[in-house]
Amino acid sequence: MSKNALYIDFEYCTGCHSCEIACRNELELPIDGFGIKVLEDKPRQNPDGAWHWDYIAYPTELCDMCESRVAAGKLPACVQSCQAKVLEYGTVEECAAKLAAKGSKAAIFLG
Amino acid sequence: MTEWKRQEGDETIFRTCAWSPPGCHPAGCGLQVHVKDGVITKVEGDPEHPITRGSLCPRCLALTEYIYHPDRIIYPMKRDPKYRGQADKWERCSWDEATDLVANAANEITEKYGAETICVFGGTGREANNWYPQWANLVFGTPNSVYAQAGWSCYGPRMTNTAFMMGGGYPEIDYAQKFDDRYDDPRFTPPEVILLWGKEPLRSNPDGLYGHAVIEMMRKFGTKLICVDPRITWLGTRAEEVLEVIPGTDTALAMAFIYVLAHDDLVDHDFIDKWTYGYDQLVERVQEMPPSRAAEICGVPEEQIWRAARLYGNAKPSSVCWGLATDQSTNGAQLGMCLVALMAITGFLDAPGGTTLGMGDDQGNVVRDGGAISADEKVEDETASTLSLALTHGIMSEETWYTKRIGTDKYPCVGQVLWTVQPDEFLKALETEKPYKMHMAAFVSSNPVGTAIAAEPQRWWKALKKLDFNFACDLFMNPTTQSCCDVFLPVATTVEHDGMVVTHYGLNASFYGAQNKCAQVGECKSDVEIMMAVGKKTYPEFWNRFETQEDYDNFHVMRSWLPFEKLRENVVTMSNEPYYKYKEGKLRPDGQMGFPTQTGRVELYSYAYARFGEDPLPYYEPPAYSRETMPEMMKEQYPFVLTTGARRQEFFHSEHKQVPSLRQISPWPEVEINPKDAAPYGIEDGDWVEISSPYGHIRQKAKVTPTIKEGVVHCMHGFWYPEEEGSEPNLYGNWKSNVNVLMPNSVNAKIGFGNTFKSMICGIKKVDELGGPNEPEVYVEASRQAEFEVQQVWRPADTPIVDRVDL
Repeated sequence: MSKNALYIDFEYCTGCHSCEIACRNELELPIDGFGIKVLEDKPRQNPDGAWHWDYIAYPTELCDMCESRVAAGKLPACVQSCQAKVLEYGTVEECAAKLAAKGSKAAIFLG
Repeated sequence: MTEWKRQEGDETIFRTCAWSPPGCHPAGCGLQVHVKDGVITKVEGDPEHPITRGSLCPRCLALTEYIYHPDRIIYPMKRDPKYRGQADKWERCSWDEATDLVANAANEITEKYGAETICVFGGTGREANNWYPQWANLVFGTPNSVYAQAGWSCYGPRMTNTAFMMGGGYPEIDYAQKFDDRYDDPRFTPPEVILLWGKEPLRSNPDGLYGHAVIEMMRKFGTKLICVDPRITWLGTRAEEVLEVIPGTDTALAMAFIYVLAHDDLVDHDFIDKWTYGYDQLVERVQEMPPSRAAEICGVPEEQIWRAARLYGNAKPSSVCWGLATDQSTNGAQLGMCLVALMAITGFLDAPGGTTLGMGDDQGNVVRDGGAISADEKVEDETASTLSLALTHGIMSEETWYTKRIGTDKYPCVGQVLWTVQPDEFLKALETEKPYKMHMAAFVSSNPVGTAIAAEPQRWWKALKKLDFNFACDLFMNPTTQSCCDVFLPVATTVEHDGMVVTHYGLNASFYGAQNKCAQVGECKSDVEIMMAVGKKTYPEFWNRFETQEDYDNFHVMRSWLPFEKLRENVVTMSNEPYYKYKEGKLRPDGQMGFPTQTGRVELYSYAYARFGEDPLPYYEPPAYSRETMPEMMKEQYPFVLTTGARRQEFFHSEHKQVPSLRQISPWPEVEINPKDAAPYGIEDGDWVEISSPYGHIRQKAKVTPTIKEGVVHCMHGFWYPEEEGSEPNLYGNWKSNVNVLMPNSVNAKIGFGNTFKSMICGIKKVDELGGPNEPEVYVEASRQAEFEVQQVWRPADTPIVDRVDL
């Protein structure tokens, strides 16, 4: 069986932190526990004047890809809660296809 | 569709729509609430909700931390008024005793001094927003409901603007929010361009707009954004254009946009001819504001104004999303006039992908619903209002309503659409005891001594402490309850009571959502249940007809075609309002075509404003505190423009500071300073900074960032320290980082709206620690002095209103 992965279109990750808290609720982690973490590449202007400001959410070693939720036919907690709907879930192959289709500012993570 | 309540193993799972408390606007996001043994164990998004589709923001995801927080007040409390300000003097009491204390005080004060000497404070986007005028008019018989924000600077001015110029409740961008099939509905066309004016929809879910729908449309349809904002927001970095205006000058920019649209003829003449009034006069007026002049005033490059306005004017369709900044400026009515014009003259008003309008009721009745602001609510299939109920049931006399509502004699425009006092005048009335002395205050989810709503909270604190009796309905102790209150009535959260949430308070409803009770916490009651409990002891002949929340909701809140039982089963019922309502007689109470204005058209030349002594056409006026008006002060002591109020995802105004998962995201208040401005002061990221205005000084932590315009400083609002000592004088550190301390009252437009929240002046300096003064008396005197020295220079109080009307 192919391994499952998280796909993120980080062009549109708004840095809202919903995934972090939904994950904490699901894994019943303490306040300093993160199964997924939002990182920020802080705002700056590129030499051409265009603005750069990115967030990206990546799963930590505590992530189990929400095995029990997925088995019950639900989406992983982070994917479901994501307000910008930039997190998706699937096999590595499915996620790779999405990555190729997006072409830029996207990534795949394995938990 | 999954049932609203289901069993999975040992858990009961409820589907419900969120409103408040905790604070939020009526966005009605879909929740699935897991309950085990009567305790809420987890909250997650509801994948079947047509708008939010499983998404949820951190505030609802952290709901269990809020609901079961050890500091939450879950039983009625009382305290002898002589111990006001002492946190250890509260005692638990029964509901019966607590409501007796409130009702007896009200009855005695009504008898001795008149019901008008009782005032009811409300505000925020919480559900109680709908109830505080009812508390005032129907529970106490007073006309004095108070939204304490200087210049009524939130939502009310935009509502008034809409009512005056075109009706239709409240204009909102189109994101297919009214249809069962959403974006797949064949009637829908996505907006090509959205003009975001003084608004950051992602962080605020403002008034009922689900903010992340903007992202959905950008990704799905390639919708482009134009942002007008002194801060480059994250959304701004994804926009086609960000016009970084000097705060408070944007009316000039909006006039220049209209200039460009007229100059290039990027308007819909057919719509203008058929449905608007005064286009020629408007175009003539904006000739005084070509982009070259606006560029100088606003600090935006002239060519960018041409480029952005053309991008907007050429888009088909285009939509306008107007923000709080419209309300908070003394030139805001004029900005609102320009923005309504920009929605209309393109022809995309209430058109697919344009700017939607609301009509209230699906039955062909025009119901101007809207809680605090509402004129009419449905009662037994007739349109009756809170006011008419109060009058017909003899709870309040017409004389009281028409002669005792504070501030509406001086500012009748404020009292026209809104049901409250004019707040700045009300503060003066509290302080001076003129035209009469106030004796009692109720705080219904309102915290004017705190950090989010009132300017110069130091003055409100001093004035409110001296009243005979005060009580609050809330969930946590806050600076107002701790310093001023004698009884505390504990309120249930959104998942602890039944009810309805309707977006935009019903003014432009995308859907009707059920709030379903999932659990009971302590002895908490819903806002409505508390109101009924007190009402039965003040005016029993009216209130005794209700036994349950459902009785009341079906009587006063629900649509006749949608009783609570049915709403609950559906969880969400889409409003399915059509486009082009003005063509079908769905906007006017008389059922005729057109808009509910005097001319039946969108009044670009506004007779309604003219009636209140305001110019019927937009004009630019600089902010009261600005380089144009106070060049000397800005040269030395206060060289920066101070702006505030930008939203955070993790907090709703002053709320949520005690919720660990949310406080973790923003542990400290941040003041945003441009690196070029910070360097000369030796200020680095993370340093404590003292920010001062003529009204006081506070401390926040520096966030040195290029995203804030040079010369502008942004302070976070709403910050206090609930983890600190609550007793006075510390009062949860209420004064340490409270940006409202720096803001004046009574700097209003001549019609009574607007203030300086977005455009004050300030100085900055590096300091060693949070520390600093935390003593309101220090500021009270400074406030008085500043009011005398500065405001009188800007607009002397005895200057008659200049009548620019030419009818």
